[in-house]
Amino acid sequence: MFSEVSLKKIEELKKRYPRPQPVVLAALWMWQEEHGWISREGMVEVARLLGIPEHHVYGVVSFYTMFNSTPVGRHKIEVCTNVSCMLRNSDRIVRHIQDSLKVGVGGTTPDGRFTLVEAECLGSCGTAPMMQVGDEYYENLDEAKVDAILSSLK
Amino acid sequence: MTMEPLILPPVPGLRGIDVYEAHGGYGMLRKAIAMKPEEVTDEVKKSGLRGRGGACFPTGLKWTFMPKQTDKQKYLCVNGDESEPGTFKDRQIFELNPHLLIEGAVIAAYAMGVGTIYLYIRGEYNKWIAMVQKAVDEAYARGYCGESILGSAFSTSFTVHRGAGAYICGEESSLMNSIEGERGYPRVKPPFPAQFGLWGCPTTINNVETIANVPVILRLGWEAYSKIGHPKHPGPILVGVSGHVNNPGVFELPTGVLLTDIIHKYAGGVPGNKKIKAVIPGGSSTMILRGEALEGVTMDAEGLKAAGSSVGTAGLIVMDEDTDLIRVLTRIAGFYHHESCGQCTPCREGTGWMHKILKRFERCEATTADLDLLLEVANNIEGNTICALGDAAAWPVQSMIKRFREEFEKRVKPTLVIASGTPVIASGAPVIASGGGAYGATTTKQSGLPVVIASGAAGATKQSG
Repeated sequence: MFSEVSLKKIEELKKRYPRPQPVVLAALWMWQEEHGWISREGMVEVARLLGIPEHHVYGVVSFYTMFNSTPVGRHKIEVCTNVSCMLRNSDRIVRHIQDSLKVGVGGTTPDGRFTLVEAECLGSCGTAPMMQVGDEYYENLDEAKVDAILSSLK
Repeated sequence: MTMEPLILPPVPGLRGIDVYEAHGGYGMLRKAIAMKPEEVTDEVKKSGLRGRGGACFPTGLKWTFMPKQTDKQKYLCVNGDESEPGTFKDRQIFELNPHLLIEGAVIAAYAMGVGTIYLYIRGEYNKWIAMVQKAVDEAYARGYCGESILGSAFSTSFTVHRGAGAYICGEESSLMNSIEGERGYPRVKPPFPAQFGLWGCPTTINNVETIANVPVILRLGWEAYSKIGHPKHPGPILVGVSGHVNNPGVFELPTGVLLTDIIHKYAGGVPGNKKIKAVIPGGSSTMILRGEALEGVTMDAEGLKAAGSSVGTAGLIVMDEDTDLIRVLTRIAGFYHHESCGQCTPCREGTGWMHKILKRFERCEATTADLDLLLEVANNIEGNTICALGDAAAWPVQSMIKRFREEFEKRVKPTLVIASGTPVIASGAPVIASGGGAYGATTTKQSGLPVVIASGAAGATKQSG
C-alpha cells in the first residue's frame, strides 16, 4: 500500500502531464522510498493507480537500474568505478568495503544493514573516488573516511 | 585568457531567489517578454550559441524548427540527465545557480511559444533535484513560472522530472520516452522532435548548460557574447577536469582555451609532474588523444575536430604516464555494454563482444586476431544503430587502437598461426604482434580466412602487461 501522502502526491503529479502514465517513475520512486524495494504488489498498485498495464510497469522497473526489484539492505552503498574514479583508485575503496563488511559486490550483509554495488559514473568526477549512499554523495574518499561513514550508518 | 564567470559567478547564496534577484536575476526574462518571441530567437541565433550537450548544434537554429502555427501543445525538455563519464558540470548549475537555468528555460519557452517545460534530471541527483525544486517553487511564487508571467499573456508550467538510472535517457528521443513513462528506448529519426516529439507534439530538447547561457546572451547582447572565446563556437564553457590532476573540478572558461592551459594552469598539473600519457577531452564517448599531441589543441568544436576528437561535454579526463590504458578502455567498454538499451543488435551484442575481447587483453590472453576482431566489431557498430550510443561505444575503441596500438600489442600472446596451409610456429617473442604499423599489418588473413590456432598450445611465453 501507498501512504496517504504519496497517494496525494501522485494525484497532484498527474495534473502535470497530459496523461497519467508519465507519473510511473515518480510513483515507483515513492513506493521504493516507502518499502525499500519494488515488489510485485508495488507494481500492481502503480499500474492500478495510473490505469496502465502491469506488464508495462514491470518493463519500466526492469529497465532503470536504480529501481530495486529485489530487497536490499537498509543502506545501499554505490561505489562509482567508472574511469575518473578508477584513475583515483576506486578499486581500493571497493576492496576496503568488501573486507570491512565481509560482503561481495552485489551482496547484502546478513544483518540487512548494507548492500554493496558498483555504480556507473555518478557525476562526481572532480571529487573522485566517491560513493553514494541513499541520496548522499560521499566524495574524495580514502579508507579512513569510508570507515567513519560506515560506522555512522546504523 | 581570462573571463569573468557568467554561468557560475562566485556570489554567496545565489541559489536563493532574493540574492539572484538582487544581482539582476529575472531581469532578462522581463526584457525578453517585452520583445517579440522571434526577436529573442534571433538574438540567440546571432550569438552563435551551440548546444553544450555534445552535438554542438546551433541553439537558435534549433529553436526555429519549432512550428509557429500549430494547434498542438508545444514542449521544451531541458536535459539534465548528465551521465557521460567524466561530466559533472550541470550539477554545479543545479547547486550554485538554478535560477539562471529556470530563467533561461522560461525565456526559451517564450521564444518558441512553449506552454510546458520539463526539466529531466538523473535519478541519482536527488539531492540536487530538491535544490532545483525549491528554486522552481520560489520562481512560481514570484510569478516567473505559471500563469500570465510578469503580467503578460504568456504562461508556461515548469516541472522537474526525475529519472531512475539510465545513461541512454540523455539521448533526446530516449529522454522523451522516459518522460512519457516508457522504457528509455531511443526513437528512429526522422521524424524529428520539433515535428513529432513528446506525445507526438512539437518538442525542443536543450541541455542544461545551453539553457543557462540564454539569459547571459540577452544580458550581454549577441554581439558581445559572440566575441567570447572561439568565433565559431563562442561563449563560456564549463570544463570538468578529472583523473590525474592536482586540482580537479569544473572551470568556467571561454571556449578556445588550450587543453594544456586547462590541465596545467587551472587544474594544477599532473601529480608528481608526471608526463601525460593520454587525455579524453569531452567525456568517455570522445576519441582519446595522445599526451604528446595536446600542444596547441583548443577546447571548442573546431579545435578538437582538427585534433581528431570532439568537444563532447567538455569533461576532460587526464591520464598520467603510468596509466594502464587497456584497463581504462575495458572499463569504458563495460560501461557501454551495461548502458546499451538493447534495441539494436549491433550495439546490444557488439558492446558485449568488445568488452569480452578487451577483458582478454586485460588478462594478457588475447591474440593478434583479437585486435582485428575488436576493430571489426567497433566498425560494425558505428553508424548502424538508431541512436548515437553505438557510435559512442565504438569511438573510444577505434581511437585507442589507432593511437595506442602498442598498448594492445604489448598484451598480445604469441600464437601459432597457419598461413597458406603451412604451419608456422611463432613462439617465443611475439613476432606476429610486433607490427606496429597501419591496421592490417599484423593480420593473419593470408589465406583469405583468419585461421588462427591460438590458446597458447605451443607453450607460448606469457607476456607481462
